[in-house]
Amino acid sequence: MSTKAHADHDHHDHKPTGIKRWLFSTNHKDIGTMYLVFSLIMFFIGGSMAMIIRAELFQPGLQFVDPQFYNSMVTVHALVMIFGAIMPAGVGLANWMIPIMIGAPDMALPRMNNMSFWIMPFAFALLLGTFFMEGGAPAGGWTMYPPLVLQTGKAFPFLIFAVHFLGISSIMGAINIIATVFNMRAPGMTLMRLPLFVWTWVITAFLLIASMPVLAGAVTMLLTDKYFGTSFFNAAGGGDPVLFQHIFWFFGHPEVYILILPAFGIISQIIPTFARKPLFGYASMVYATASIAILSFFVWAHHMFTVGLPINGELFFMYATMLIAVPTGVKVFNWVATMWKGAMTFETPMLFALAFVILFTIGGFSGLMLGITPVDFQYHDTYFVVAHFHYVLLTGAVFALMASAYYWLPKWTGHMYDEKLAKIHFWLSAIFANVLFFPQHFLGLAGMPRRIPDYSVQFADFNMVSSLGGFAYGISQLLFVYIVIKCVLGGKKATGQVWEGARGLEWTLSSPPPYHSFTKSPKVTKALMDY
Amino acid sequence: MASKDIYFIPEPSKWPIVASLALFSTFIGGAMTLNQSSNGKYVLILGAIGIIYMFAGWFSSVISESLAGNYNKQVDVSFRMGMGWFILSEVMFFAAFFGALFYARVLSVPWLSGEGHGVATHQFLWPAFKASWPMSVMPNSTNYTAYKDTIPAFGVPAVNTLLLLSSGVTVTLAHWALKKGQRTQLCAWLFATVALGALFVYFQAGEYHHAYTELNLKLSSGVYGSTFFMLTGFHGFHVTMGAVMLAVILFRSLKGHFTKNDHFAFEAVAWYWHFVDVVWLGLFIFVYWL
Repeated sequence: MSTKAHADHDHHDHKPTGIKRWLFSTNHKDIGTMYLVFSLIMFFIGGSMAMIIRAELFQPGLQFVDPQFYNSMVTVHALVMIFGAIMPAGVGLANWMIPIMIGAPDMALPRMNNMSFWIMPFAFALLLGTFFMEGGAPAGGWTMYPPLVLQTGKAFPFLIFAVHFLGISSIMGAINIIATVFNMRAPGMTLMRLPLFVWTWVITAFLLIASMPVLAGAVTMLLTDKYFGTSFFNAAGGGDPVLFQHIFWFFGHPEVYILILPAFGIISQIIPTFARKPLFGYASMVYATASIAILSFFVWAHHMFTVGLPINGELFFMYATMLIAVPTGVKVFNWVATMWKGAMTFETPMLFALAFVILFTIGGFSGLMLGITPVDFQYHDTYFVVAHFHYVLLTGAVFALMASAYYWLPKWTGHMYDEKLAKIHFWLSAIFANVLFFPQHFLGLAGMPRRIPDYSVQFADFNMVSSLGGFAYGISQLLFVYIVIKCVLGGKKATGQVWEGARGLEWTLSSPPPYHSFTKSPKVTKALMDY
Repeated sequence: MASKDIYFIPEPSKWPIVASLALFSTFIGGAMTLNQSSNGKYVLILGAIGIIYMFAGWFSSVISESLAGNYNKQVDVSFRMGMGWFILSEVMFFAAFFGALFYARVLSVPWLSGEGHGVATHQFLWPAFKASWPMSVMPNSTNYTAYKDTIPAFGVPAVNTLLLLSSGVTVTLAHWALKKGQRTQLCAWLFATVALGALFVYFQAGEYHHAYTELNLKLSSGVYGSTFFMLTGFHGFHVTMGAVMLAVILFRSLKGHFTKNDHFAFEAVAWYWHFVDVVWLGLFIFVYWL
């Protein structure tokens, strides 16, 4: 490539056209857009799998799919939603917003940024291609526990390599975010002035760097156990299947915070805007987030209370898990205190944020219940677990992502979205998500096991309610797509400020921002955040 | 010349998509090969060629941008952070395998012989099994390879430790020479480092051969063989990569690249080399010695 050509690159606002603009992109906004669109597509692919699951569970007995395919649905739904929908949506937001929130010209390593995106479609081609293979798609659960997962057919190496591939993408994305935040801040943007979304993402990035390679190691051992005669997870050779669970959850628990911390950041941006008050307890928010992240490496075995751990281990992991409730409580308190005596208005982003605070807290509390060892012996592998993690991931992470989409759509597109339709979308989502998942608490407490396509008749009514809620929730998400497309195509012109109560650098730019956001570093003062 | 106060944003580049495609092809080829498909190896080779092509192309554009003076201090810091955190991710990858080793030694093998809470496991599964490390007799070796002996620490592995540690010294001497602007010494010490690295890999390959042919110690030799070969194997792979990177740096030094104050690529490779060095110390102590 010629070096002369881009020597003065930043001075003019040209952008490449056509397909090359996207394939070869080095622009954080274009890459962010690709991430967001990709994650929305994956949200619907994973969602259709959820619809199949709920259709099968509408009634007791086997009606639509055979159990093997059902298990594939459960497995791939989880992988698609975690690695294909929520994580890329978070990275997409980070790409779009972090450089303009900290006053940087772009991400620190723009080419690597594009590579972390373009891995995603290929990685999912590997994973979703397995549906057409002998033996079908992986059906051993997204947690890939041996020895069950070793029975996977031709799909097995594709599953493992898809996980490796996604790991490469996540690690590169995380490195980029850390380098951007620590190296690219505008003068005056001190660490303790960073918008909370940036803080939560930096901490998430550390979690990614420390945990994704561990997952890569774990699945590599699965691969060699199946094809190269190793016995990491086979007791006959001195190994232990439980070892996999330890390594997996050493990754897996930080992973759940990777999914939720950016959501915390989003909520911490939105609530002050619509309460028209600065975030209550900014510093404590930062420290709470960091504490959650650190603790997340010491609680993994609460996912494995029933596998037969030594009693001291169970106790340690129970207490460590309880400890996480403290910083999480700090966060919830701060969100509520931010609203206290605020001049509140209830535009759609705020509605989603409020629903997040309430429903995520419900999910957090059921998480505490699951974290108590003796109690978990009853709840383990029941629908109570399913209800718990869908409360934190759907009404938690996904609601926050929806909130962020409405919050920043005017900034991204330059148009206001249709507020009326958006409010309808919110109410449909909030109501039906609860119809969908709340009954699952009861099912779980009554003993209905997860990951089984059939159930005993006493569970029929609640399952029917849950399925109806699921279908309604699924259909109402189509409204979101319509609202987004409508907003991209046109609508009321958005000002740069967009929201009266919004503070921060991103609102000082026009909507949509210029192709290269800050060609000259803005000066950041404390007044920027003042009300 | 680019102005030094502007952060360099590269032009749109084909390399990221080439990289994704090359990795995609490698993974598909690998998976097909594992599934015993005869065409798998061609897809795999295509992917490998793609990866080499991508690295060559991507790095040559970075090098020419660097030589053209496009990178300012701030870009340099981004690169440093990138390399540093990449090395941390590598550390965590090895941590998974070290974790497996410690778990097997300290927990799963003793449990299988009835220690701690493994009483029932022992009685019902393999009551005859006795724990030992290296685990000379497996609980059930029907599907695994029993081995005659293990590789003692104070033979070739100790020599390899000396080789790698001295290569850490030589790469530092090369760095000092570079900072003093002594190009001949720089190239000489770098050459010595590459040579020591290559010698390490040669000895390691010899040990593997010895283990497989004479000791019957294989990847399939129970959890001892699994942890032994996976840890040393991944380390050996990293040393090989590191030596290739050092060779590239040597080649660039011979061409006159790098200045006293501006030689990030050299430092990145040196960091990487120290990293494989430190991992080796862990291996020597926990895999071979103790």
